[in-house]
Amino acid sequence: MIPELGNFALILALMLALVQAAFPLAGSLSGNRPWMRMGRPLAYGQLTFIAVAFVALTQAFLTSDFSVLYVAQNSNSLLPEIYKFSAVWGGHEGSLLLWVLFLAGWGAAVAALSRDLPLPVIARVLSVQGMIATGFLLFMLLTSNPFERLFPVPAEGRDLNPLLQDPGLAVHPPMLYMGYVGFSVAFAFAIAALIGGRLDAAWARWSRPWTTVAWVFLTIGIALGSWWAYYELGWGGWWFWDPVENASLMPWLIGTALLHSLAVTEKRGAFKSWTVLLAIFAFSLSLLGTFLVRSGVLTSVHAFATDPERGLFVLLFLCVVIGGSLALYAWRAPEVSEGGRFDLLSRESSLLANNLLFSAFTVLVLFGTLAPLIYEAFNWGKISVGFPWFNKMFLALSPFLALLLGIGPAARWKHDEPLRLLRLLWLALALSVVVLAATAARPALSEGHPWVPVGLALAAWVLLSHLTIVRDRLKNKGGWRALTADLRGNGRSFYGMITAHAGVAVFIVGVTMVSNFQLEEDVRMSPGSSYELAGYRFELIGVEKSKGPNYNADRGHFKVYRGERQIADLHPEKRSYLGGGMPMTEAAIDAGLLRDIYVSLGEPVGGGDWALRLYYKPYVRWIWLGAVLMAIGGLLAVSDPRYRTARARAAAPVGGATARA
Amino acid sequence: MSKSFRYLIPLILFAALAALLVFGLGNDPRKVPSPLIGKPAPTFSLPELTDPGRSVTDADLKGKISLVNVWASWCSSCRAEHQALMALSDIPDFQIVGLNWKDDATDASQVLRVTGNPYDMIAYDPDNTVGIDWGVYGAPETFVVDRNGIIRYKQIGPIDSKVWEKTLQPLVAKLKAEG
Repeated sequence: MIPELGNFALILALMLALVQAAFPLAGSLSGNRPWMRMGRPLAYGQLTFIAVAFVALTQAFLTSDFSVLYVAQNSNSLLPEIYKFSAVWGGHEGSLLLWVLFLAGWGAAVAALSRDLPLPVIARVLSVQGMIATGFLLFMLLTSNPFERLFPVPAEGRDLNPLLQDPGLAVHPPMLYMGYVGFSVAFAFAIAALIGGRLDAAWARWSRPWTTVAWVFLTIGIALGSWWAYYELGWGGWWFWDPVENASLMPWLIGTALLHSLAVTEKRGAFKSWTVLLAIFAFSLSLLGTFLVRSGVLTSVHAFATDPERGLFVLLFLCVVIGGSLALYAWRAPEVSEGGRFDLLSRESSLLANNLLFSAFTVLVLFGTLAPLIYEAFNWGKISVGFPWFNKMFLALSPFLALLLGIGPAARWKHDEPLRLLRLLWLALALSVVVLAATAARPALSEGHPWVPVGLALAAWVLLSHLTIVRDRLKNKGGWRALTADLRGNGRSFYGMITAHAGVAVFIVGVTMVSNFQLEEDVRMSPGSSYELAGYRFELIGVEKSKGPNYNADRGHFKVYRGERQIADLHPEKRSYLGGGMPMTEAAIDAGLLRDIYVSLGEPVGGGDWALRLYYKPYVRWIWLGAVLMAIGGLLAVSDPRYRTARARAAAPVGGATARA
Repeated sequence: MSKSFRYLIPLILFAALAALLVFGLGNDPRKVPSPLIGKPAPTFSLPELTDPGRSVTDADLKGKISLVNVWASWCSSCRAEHQALMALSDIPDFQIVGLNWKDDATDASQVLRVTGNPYDMIAYDPDNTVGIDWGVYGAPETFVVDRNGIIRYKQIGPIDSKVWEKTLQPLVAKLKAEG
């Protein structure tokens, strides 16, 4: 009964989405205000019905209702309660439901928080959101209905994919989806602006906080995914250039370019048509990501749900959305004015360079991801563009990004003097060169890896130049003591930028150190024996059988010593889930700020011996710490009172926005 | 003219991408060819799973068309494939040789007892010694070996009725005609 209610709620949501796609937009074109006003209540209604459907599906999971096909395929009565909940989005159908739930959530948030927007603008934005929702709800109801029944009812479900039975993966998809779907807001604003023919600073200001929030979610989602792959897949890697990872990285790269381009459009009115294009691409790449994951066009370790029929639908949808919006762009963008001029040395041009680098990297990732397809289409044979290729591309571009990162925020808008910049940044530059020389000259520090000095010097450059920029800002406000006041005042988006950029420096340190100094060893050990790696002694105490709620495991016990002192007990596991499938490794990690020690249990190799992998991963945490700082920076930026003054003005029309002074 | 054309470029690029994706949908990326195709099957000698006194060697692959099927009790796709293999086991044109891979003899025998044994003989390879030579990277995989012991085809993933009718059956018929 309840699953039928859920199904019914989805159908109603589709009906509302259809109305939302048509009426507010038509109203905005014909000047019919009642039609325009329909947008907001429709957005709330859609959220309500999709939430009802989501609750219905959750209920089916929590009560293990195996008469629902999707539940029978993705759950099991032995599954721990928390994973019964996260299993709701553990498969294709449910993750789509989560997608549309977030889409409706973002739509309702736009409706609720954009009181100060002109009615035609909000009407168009919500209509575009309605169109996207229509597509996804149709996709769900026609090809992947989560409420499909199964008869006869099986006594037991097939169980959730064991890879997904993990707290990291319970939260990773929701974060990622929030980011993906969040870009639909920037997209909707861009399309609305193109339809209305008004691309101005106001449009950029409205889109900016939404884009930033979506970007923050995507950043956290990608970092969580990377962290999950690190500890769950048992390979000790943190990024694999897997098509599915690339699918999430591409919108992030373009989204990052968009964030910076929006800043120029808001402050200087420049880059308008470019910014619109980036907004279209950020969301298009999110859709493309969904397509790549769902269709099986490219094989991947992540290929949980692949089905060509669904792929065809997504592809058609993709063509309508992306093709349609690019056609609209080709039609309307030529009318957009060029905006403010700027010199070669100015903040605009460094942000333009940032945009070009991020876009170039996206194109390379896209090419690398699709290369197997391209080669096959032209009958050039089968290839697999792998890890080394992507790494080379990353190393070719990122040093320029890091160099630029120190200059851009220091440069003035419109025009700057090379001498002024040099006077400001000479100390940061000199100290970075010292770092470069010191690490390169001392083999003990770089061990002959040429990238170590480069990476560390770039990290130092980013960090030091940003400290200089902060000091320069505070110089006239009373020095460092004014920092907290400035932070509480209108400096939030400035400090947001500083924090996010510092995150980049931290990230660079992590990547440099772990890529060059990590150690890994495949060993065969018998109980009682020891092995030494990177100054740590691993003693295998033994491996015994253990039993989890829905799996049997071999559980190893290690004592790790540094010198004579024991520093950790590690328990790596090899689990066989009762639902079947490949055995899963659960790596055991002793985490630390400066290094991780990582043990992953392999196969028994006879005579009581075990095959094992031992890893020493210096500074690996800094990679995710960097991402966390970037996300905090983003949050700090959206909390800037600047974005709220407009709303305050709308609420209190008399007196105006004095908060900005 | 040239200015408005500039704004069409993204659309044109997307059209090319969409064409590529349409092409991709009709293709199966799992068809990674094996470098062993056209080469003699690697030599091996392994104990027979159900009769450890006997051994299975590459000599057993000569004189008869063989389907060498890599399987394991822990592999759920193999269980799905098992039914198809049972149906094929009565066809006299070829033998089905199992390669029980990274498995435990007790578990594997248990599976055969419960679901039937489609294999004419089963090589037991718990430590992946032979699997490495054959380039096995997952179960199930099936190699088609002709009467001269040459590997002619590698099927990655389970055999189902579609794979059998479209690929394997015509291939076996062709090998049979080769004499």
